[in-house]
Amino acid sequence: MSLKHDIEFTLNGVKRHVSVDVTMNALAMLRDVIGLTGTKYGCGEGECGACTIQVDGVSLNSCLMFAVDCDGRNVTTIEGLANDSKADALRESFVEHGAVQCGFCTPGMIMQADHLLHKHPHADEACVKRGIEGNLCRCTGYKKIVDAIVAVDGA
Amino acid sequence: MTELKHYFAPTSLDQAVECLKDGDVTILAGGTDLTPQSQAGRIKIKHTLMNIRHIPQLTGITLEGREIRIGALATITEIMEHPLVREHLPVLVEACDHFASDQIRNAGTIGGNICNASPAGDTLIPLLVLDASVELASMPEAKLYRHSMPLSTFFVGPGKTRKSLCELVTGVRIPLPAPGHVARFFKLGTRPALDISTISIGVAGTLKDGVLSNARVAFGAVAPTPTRAAQTEQALEGQRLDAATIERVAAVARDEVKPIDDVRATAWYRKEMIHNITKRILSHVAQA
Ligand SMILES: Cc1cc2nc3c(=O)[nH]c(=O)nc-3n(C[C@H](O)[C@H](O)[C@H](O)COP(=O)(O)OP(=O)(O)OC[C@H]3O[C@@H](n4cnc5c(N)ncnc54)[C@H](O)[C@@H]3O)c2cc1C
Ligand code: FES
Ligand code: FES
Repeated sequence: MSLKHDIEFTLNGVKRHVSVDVTMNALAMLRDVIGLTGTKYGCGEGECGACTIQVDGVSLNSCLMFAVDCDGRNVTTIEGLANDSKADALRESFVEHGAVQCGFCTPGMIMQADHLLHKHPHADEACVKRGIEGNLCRCTGYKKIVDAIVAVDGA
Repeated sequence: MTELKHYFAPTSLDQAVECLKDGDVTILAGGTDLTPQSQAGRIKIKHTLMNIRHIPQLTGITLEGREIRIGALATITEIMEHPLVREHLPVLVEACDHFASDQIRNAGTIGGNICNASPAGDTLIPLLVLDASVELASMPEAKLYRHSMPLSTFFVGPGKTRKSLCELVTGVRIPLPAPGHVARFFKLGTRPALDISTISIGVAGTLKDGVLSNARVAFGAVAPTPTRAAQTEQALEGQRLDAATIERVAAVARDEVKPIDDVRATAWYRKEMIHNITKRILSHVAQA
């Protein structure tokens, strides 16, 4: 039998108590244990960024994080940005610029772009391109995504 | 080796090294290596999984006397943004800047990069040319024991180091570079982001009146471990960096390395690149 461990953390502003397999990654916990499927499983090995979440204010790949390591931390997923005015502006800009096609990369892109704009509120094209190096998109060719992020005033 | 039976997240160094005593422990830091390696079955988690994230003695970047100490838990992002590192160790910033992606830099730690001991580990080459040493902690008897070891003697093979199973890496120490110190790093890959180095090169030394002394050269991804290049260093030591010297040293570098063929490049290509890029870096150093 696999070893379980009880953890407590803040998820999208709400305290959560869950029992997880010690070897499970945070992505599997979010999707399969908690049922928040906005965070996507693309590659499972850190290459695609579809699983990007924010932990204690920084973006990271949830597929590269042990679920038990969420214990005591502050975790935000795409669902947690639903009522966030900065993220609203990003979402609207993605729609306006046609930066969403199949949408599979979008939650990860928005989580990473949101983190980027917190750090660099006036990120230019070069800064945005570097910031989303860890996010793959198979549809848009990136131009519209980059334009959408650059157009947002993150201040 | 037994099955995973225990998860432990110590909040002090003493608790951590006490737990390491029986050696049947897998250490978890940022998890960017351990998660994919364990999920793919390339490594098996031991009896205890110990998450070291909550140990305060492993954090921070500080100036201690004439050394900069980087705690094992410092992330690649923290290192590249830290004012002390930016001021004194720009070559390390350079390597961090070419590391994986923003998400991985935010999670991956320097302690993890050192202990994963990949021949292509990106912080290892600048750390080698900066004469870094690794701080280790253990509890052989009932008391905490700490010592350090030059990084240049730490690696023994891919994923293998001289750290015993009962030891924890607590940080790295880097002597403050002297005036006139120059250092350069170059990572060659097939694309700018998320790429494992095909080769990487670090060069450092003290430049005075065009002459390089205390020469340090290290190569990544051309041997089972990241290594200092003794013959190349010797060829460089005390030399004036003119075109003839640079050509000669680059040839020594090409002959010194013994790379392998793998999916990323052939041995022949790696040797040629070691030659060309050593030449390029030395020309930059000469102009510093
Ligand atoms: C997609 C992808 C891209 C990557 N790109 C790069 C790259 O460009 N350059 C590069 O160098 N690396 C790269 N890596 C590798 C990895 O991100 C780094 O090696 C990182 O620094 C590991 O740190 P961590 O904290 O995540 O380590 P972990 O995964 O937590 O640990 C790594 C290993 O070190 C041991 N360990 C960790 N900390 C300690 C300690 N303090 N004492 C003793 N043992 C310890 C662990 O037991 C484990 O064996 C990449 C990884 C992925 C998945
Ligand atoms: S699923 Fe995590 S990076 Fe691809
Ligand atoms: S919109 Fe389809 S992967 Fe980006």
